[in-house]
Amino acid sequence: MSSFKIFDVAGSGMNAQMLRLNLTASNLANADSVSSSIEQTYKSRQPVFAARFRDAFDRLHGTATEVRVLGVVESPAPLRMEYAPHHPMANEDGYIFKPNVNPVEELANMIAASRAYQNNIEVLNTAKELMIQTLRMGQ
Amino acid sequence: MKISFTNALGLHPQALRLRARRMEVLASNLANADTPNYKARDFDVERLLRGEPKPKVPLKTTHAGHLSLADDSQNGRLLYRVPQQAALDGNTVEEHIEQAKFAENALRYQASLRFVNGKFAGLLTALKGE
Repeated sequence: MSSFKIFDVAGSGMNAQMLRLNLTASNLANADSVSSSIEQTYKSRQPVFAARFRDAFDRLHGTATEVRVLGVVESPAPLRMEYAPHHPMANEDGYIFKPNVNPVEELANMIAASRAYQNNIEVLNTAKELMIQTLRMGQ
Repeated sequence: MKISFTNALGLHPQALRLRARRMEVLASNLANADTPNYKARDFDVERLLRGEPKPKVPLKTTHAGHLSLADDSQNGRLLYRVPQQAALDGNTVEEHIEQAKFAENALRYQASLRFVNGKFAGLLTALKGE
């Protein structure tokens, strides 16, 4: 039976959403990591998703489409620069740099990722139940 | 007299196969709910079971590499969903709609399964003759 593909598809979705959750955790944890230069400052990280067909048959018929993580990009948004001459991390001009993480955005992202993860779990459970029932067919 | 499973089970095995395929399509939609430019897809199981006639107006093919929809069994029937509210990133998956369709499809799969089981039970009774 070909519905084993469902497990791969839902699994790829869970994998992608878990990476998104991990990046959100990393962004929130580093939201206040101060540094003394632009290069050293933590920048908000976001995943890039793309659709991927499982095999040539799926490419032709477009049925099972997995999620592929193309990579992780750092946000190009400007860093927060503050004048704090007494801060231990201040540079020679008295400035410190704070990451461009937007905590509100990250929290909304976290909720969306966890909902999408739950959706994939539901798909997985339903497919599993139906397959077990199919295996018992005629008994 | 021999038993013909095709006659005994009727349309239900085909319905099961199509429902399983549709489950894959809907699972792909839900997995790609956050993929930019992904377009939600679906197909009409009932119409396929009814034996939908081939399109009356075939596509004109002027080149050997052109596709004609008439003899294309699956491609022409896997459609794109029209979104109620399309997202800015080009994604047309609406999770609530996909969830509802998925639940409906799973239920109909179970119904077909029950019909097949009923047919098998009937065949067993006939074989035993009790």
